[in-house]
Amino acid sequence: MLIPSLALWGVLEESSAVEFCLREPYPALFPHVLKQKGGLFLNRKLETAIAYFFTLNGAFVIFILVGIFALLLSSSFAAWQDVGFISFLTDRVWNPSGFVASHFGIFTKIVGTLMVTAGAMLFAVPLGIATAAYLAEVASSWEREIVKPVIELLAAVPSVVLGFFGIVVFSPLLARIFNLPNGLNALNGSILLGLMSLPTIISIAEDALTAVPKEYKEASLALGATRWQTLSRVIIPAAGSGVTAAIMLGIGRSLGETMTVIMATGNALQFPSDFFSSVRTMTATIAIELGEVPADTTHYYSLFAIGFVLFSMTFLVSLLADIFLHRAGEVKKL
Amino acid sequence: METSSVIQVKKLNLYYGKFQALKDVNMEIGKQEVTALIGPSGCGKSTFLRTLNRLNDLIDSVQIEGDVSIDGNNIYDKSCDVVALRKKVGMVFQKPNPFPKTIYENVAYGPRVHGVKERKKLNAIVEKSLREAALWEEVKDDLSRSALRLSGGQQQRLCIARVLAVGPDVVLMDEPTSALDPIATQKIEDLIRELKEKFTIVIVTHNMQQAARVSDSTAFFLNGEVLEMGQTEIMFTRPLDQRTEDYITGKFG
Ligand SMILES: Nc1ncnc2c1ncn2[C@@H]1O[C@H](COP(=O)(O)OP(=O)(O)OP(=O)(O)O)[C@@H](O)[C@H]1O
Ligand SMILES: [Mg+2]
Repeated sequence: MLIPSLALWGVLEESSAVEFCLREPYPALFPHVLKQKGGLFLNRKLETAIAYFFTLNGAFVIFILVGIFALLLSSSFAAWQDVGFISFLTDRVWNPSGFVASHFGIFTKIVGTLMVTAGAMLFAVPLGIATAAYLAEVASSWEREIVKPVIELLAAVPSVVLGFFGIVVFSPLLARIFNLPNGLNALNGSILLGLMSLPTIISIAEDALTAVPKEYKEASLALGATRWQTLSRVIIPAAGSGVTAAIMLGIGRSLGETMTVIMATGNALQFPSDFFSSVRTMTATIAIELGEVPADTTHYYSLFAIGFVLFSMTFLVSLLADIFLHRAGEVKKL
Repeated sequence: METSSVIQVKKLNLYYGKFQALKDVNMEIGKQEVTALIGPSGCGKSTFLRTLNRLNDLIDSVQIEGDVSIDGNNIYDKSCDVVALRKKVGMVFQKPNPFPKTIYENVAYGPRVHGVKERKKLNAIVEKSLREAALWEEVKDDLSRSALRLSGGQQQRLCIARVLAVGPDVVLMDEPTSALDPIATQKIEDLIRELKEKFTIVIVTHNMQQAARVSDSTAFFLNGEVLEMGQTEIMFTRPLDQRTEDYITGKFG
């Protein structure tokens, strides 16, 4: 549980931290910042020392990240040697202590993870973008002052509390509405994950929307477009990269989330048939089983391999988000 | 020279909160004429221009008193349809501000939001507008290029084409050449002289020669008031007010 979230953190922090730490002592590598330099003069030795201190910090972050990656990969290889890489990914059955034969297939878990994430995004993306658009374009300043702290508060709710909420509120509610024996299922997990990723999506999308030059908006309105047309045809497309990045970060948040899904999805091992099925995600599997598994067994290594696959997914998503954010930065200049 | 006026402004006062930016402005703007608004920085030229298409509505603190009639209808009347007004009164801004879309999409944007869907019709409008804005020959080979790739002068003519595409009667221009080099400026000035055959143009400019070259009438603003207004020739040769003369001859401003 710690591993994927730490890894995700590492990925998110990495690009900016590394660049910052490298460009201080090695400005030649980053010619574009040279021009902005100057102003503050410290004692030269002190300055060098500070520069190295920051470099060291940056190196430390990279070291941790590489360490995690190496640990995951080497353990994963051990698992794949026993199970086979393809069948590890495609086998639907996860039965580490089978009487006849053990199965270490994570396909069902990948599907579970993707299902709750997709379900979460299905409502969090439109809701998040609409809220961001409302905040950036519609809300008056006092409305903004009420709504924004509320959203930040939502981000501050501990995931275990949200999971608790899923058990005592959403579960009976879903059971009643859809006439189910219980409401601990993929849908419940999706709702909670959606709520959890909303603050991320809203705040990044809002930044992107507010960064759109007001000249575009004026030009559109001056042509007789309505506010809605201006928003949907000019402002949101102009903020496209930033909004996409917001969605990517929301996805990353959902993929790696653990506690809420353990509490809300029921954790069944069966292959899910629909959103009313109980599912077990990749994160939940690691968190539930790693504490009890004997070391140096296939089961043990398989859990690391799950972590590796998860890490690869979140890494890819964060990388895409990063690319889109960079592109967003380039569009802004008018 | 005295043609029928399309725009009549009576006793217009405008406040940004407590600050009064326009004071008792009266003005008649002639049909198919070019009217230049001149005056030192901060005297309210842009503010005045933006009252004519109600773009000041976007600013919360603005309060407006008085009467602005276009074709006989008070545009600050409750019944006024702002969308229809802005369709009729287009605006070109100081900094070229094409949308981050293709050349085609920029020009087609206006007709599209006003409900034109048919591809053939759109194509015709795009070509006509680009021709009117004297840009067609330069861009016709590739209308799917990003508008942001054009030069500043081309971008500004694209913005003019974008305005013409919705079929306005009046075109407002707020220092349309101040961000351009002399050659691009020349092109826009030539264009203004051509457009005047069909459109009523109100242009804000800091360039006295430009006002003299392109406009029929000139209004001189000072501290939110219109100090003097009249035919450009007369204003530039025999101004009534000493301050007008001082400004035009470059003694202040
Ligand atoms: N949004 C606003 N809020 C408050 N005051 C404003 C606002 N916009 C303009 N003003 C003030 O109104 C006055 C007139 O501004 P305006 O932009 O109309 O001047 P201008 O004649 O166009 O000047 P310039 O030649 O520099 O463009 C100025 O004193 C300005 O500070
Ligand atoms: Mg101005």
